[in-house]
Amino acid sequence: MPQMSMIEAIRDAMDVKLGLDEDVVVYGEDVGYFGGVFRCTHGLQKKHGVSRVFDTPINESGIVGTAIGMAAYGLRPCVEIQFADYIYPAYDQIVSEAARMRYRSNGDFTSPITIRTPCGGGIFGGQTHSQSPEALFTHIAGVKTVIPSNPYDAKGLLISAIEDDDPVIFFEPKRLYNGPFDGHHDRPASNWSKHPLGDVPEGHYTVPIGKASIFSEGNDVTILTYGTMVFVAEAVKAETGIDAEIIDLRSLLPLDIDTIVESVKKTGRCMVLHEATLTSGFGAELSAQVQERCFYHLEAPVVRVAGWDTPYPHAQEWDYFPGPKRVGQELRNMMEAV
Amino acid sequence: MADYAPLKFSVPEPTGRPGDEPDFTGIEIPEAGSARRPEIDAKASSMKELASTMVRVLDDDGNAVGPWADGLDDEELLKGLKNMIRVRIYDERMMTMQRQGKTSFYMKCTGEEAIAIGFQAATRKGDMNFPTYRQQGLLLATDYPMVDMICQILSNSRDPLKGRQLPIMYSSKEHGFFTISGNLGTQFIQAVGWAMASAIKGDTKIASGWIGDGSTAETDFHAALVNASVYKPPIVLNVVNNQWAISSFRGIAGGDDATFAERALGYDIAALRVDGNDYLAVHSASKWAIERARRGFGPTFIEWVTYRVAPHSTSDDPSQYRPKEESEAWPLGDPIERLKTHLINKGVWSEERQTQAESEFNDEVRAATKEAEKYGVMGSGSSPKDMFDDVFKEMPQHLREQRQKLGV
Repeated sequence: MPQMSMIEAIRDAMDVKLGLDEDVVVYGEDVGYFGGVFRCTHGLQKKHGVSRVFDTPINESGIVGTAIGMAAYGLRPCVEIQFADYIYPAYDQIVSEAARMRYRSNGDFTSPITIRTPCGGGIFGGQTHSQSPEALFTHIAGVKTVIPSNPYDAKGLLISAIEDDDPVIFFEPKRLYNGPFDGHHDRPASNWSKHPLGDVPEGHYTVPIGKASIFSEGNDVTILTYGTMVFVAEAVKAETGIDAEIIDLRSLLPLDIDTIVESVKKTGRCMVLHEATLTSGFGAELSAQVQERCFYHLEAPVVRVAGWDTPYPHAQEWDYFPGPKRVGQELRNMMEAV
Repeated sequence: MADYAPLKFSVPEPTGRPGDEPDFTGIEIPEAGSARRPEIDAKASSMKELASTMVRVLDDDGNAVGPWADGLDDEELLKGLKNMIRVRIYDERMMTMQRQGKTSFYMKCTGEEAIAIGFQAATRKGDMNFPTYRQQGLLLATDYPMVDMICQILSNSRDPLKGRQLPIMYSSKEHGFFTISGNLGTQFIQAVGWAMASAIKGDTKIASGWIGDGSTAETDFHAALVNASVYKPPIVLNVVNNQWAISSFRGIAGGDDATFAERALGYDIAALRVDGNDYLAVHSASKWAIERARRGFGPTFIEWVTYRVAPHSTSDDPSQYRPKEESEAWPLGDPIERLKTHLINKGVWSEERQTQAESEFNDEVRAATKEAEKYGVMGSGSSPKDMFDDVFKEMPQHLREQRQKLGV
């Protein structure tokens, strides 16, 4: 199988769908001729034509608003919001329109659109290029929220998202674009070329939306996580020697609650780990569900480790980021709890 | 000290409030027939004055004059008149139903009937309107069943939208009527997207966006204009300037000293400002813009100048914020009266036939109402089970669990 970075895998997913389905269009800011600021659409315009892959004005509500109109016509737009931090002008179109279309029209109109957007920090992007706003979307009825952590899942999930008949917010953890990042920012970066999850099949395949993956099996504690934090959790497991079961949720809504419950009942402990701010973050939902469904199997309180409730800072990035040191300490603490 | 006077904060005020005499002297009404009619492929920059004047066809005596008077034969005009009467009678009946407690909410379009009816007569099957809540005329002008519309208003067991939507927020893809949103202005940019799709696919269908004067202040209005300007899709961007957004006059949307149509000029979009109470002008301008779009000459922005005679909704009381006699004083008159006079002048209509038509439509609406009420009123007959369907195409586990908790 060819070895791909997450950028290449995401590009390949769009390339495959543009090739197979004439109703797929790809557009966004700098997406056309240039191929996107992260290069995710590089070469697609040249290959599929300017009517299928094109640039847009700097107008996020317009990008999503036009996608909703195109979908009402019968197309399957896959649009890019350049940074998740820029998605807020499109929020009304996503929440009040795309998410509600099928429901309010009783299926007369639907919104099979995919909104790709790079999220998360670790690139010194400051507060306007680092946010993780997934909980703002999981709270909304009618929209699916997906976040892959590696090239294989990214391609398979993006193809699933484009083929999905409902709107999907597709978060791309930008710190993982080029390689698995374990949170040790002071060590040399690794890339996907040496990682098994960088083995990406050519052509069409899907990873189903709504299925978590057991990233690493273990018996003593379950770590529920997604996106960039998957590899932080993996590093912490190795460094602490704690036999953690790491679950990469991949899809936050729909949520694979069965896999979560099965794991927590087995391990009796649960840590919820994400980069987004703590309060009302998706971890709160996970924590509540685990408590409701696994209470009598829990040997310790569910612990949340997350970004602090501050804007994402620039110079203090690594104090904000829940890195291996902080996660490791929290994990040790909870294992010591009776 | 510096010679600067203290700055003053400015909040525009309308020319009249309750108790005042209505004053429309600020609205200039050009003579019927005075506006030029460009070719449909005219460059936007070559027809700028049409954003400031007003396309009018019917003069004060009810005669059709000038270059925009064209084409419609007596039969088409009579159909237009009848459709307008039908909408007005429908509105009155639905308003009464709300007062009787059979529905929670209604919105009339009294005084604005010509716009939707005249526009729809110029579209083709397959075109798509993205309406606001005050374009019921677009749907009533098609063969969409009136009973289904009333069932939607009653949220009963035959409500096509299963009780999920506020009354009057109809949806019918088949009839070119996009599902109405209560979030204002969102549909304007969606219409541009639909039109872009039509062009991407090499189709010949056109889209029509609709928005009110108040909602032109929304960001999606700008989004629509900038994207229409960039991609030049087959679209007509309609602004219904009925002077009032609930209690805010058009000046609160920045439309006091500049016309709404003039906003299109900065985007290099062809713009027309049209007497919205003149059925002939409405139809002629609509036909021009729709043909321009369908022939690939790009978007047209139309400001329809009209007056909201009705309250904003059944929850509104305009006597609290505008002069009581304002609608009577509106200088563009009543669209039904004006077309009626024109057709009587032509010798193809009469007061008797008008009364007869009103009576026939009264019967039709009454019968449709009676039929619809059989399926329940005020939400009766709708099922709590319907609440959980269609959130997604396939119901996810968490919704199945929640539905089970409700026990349905």
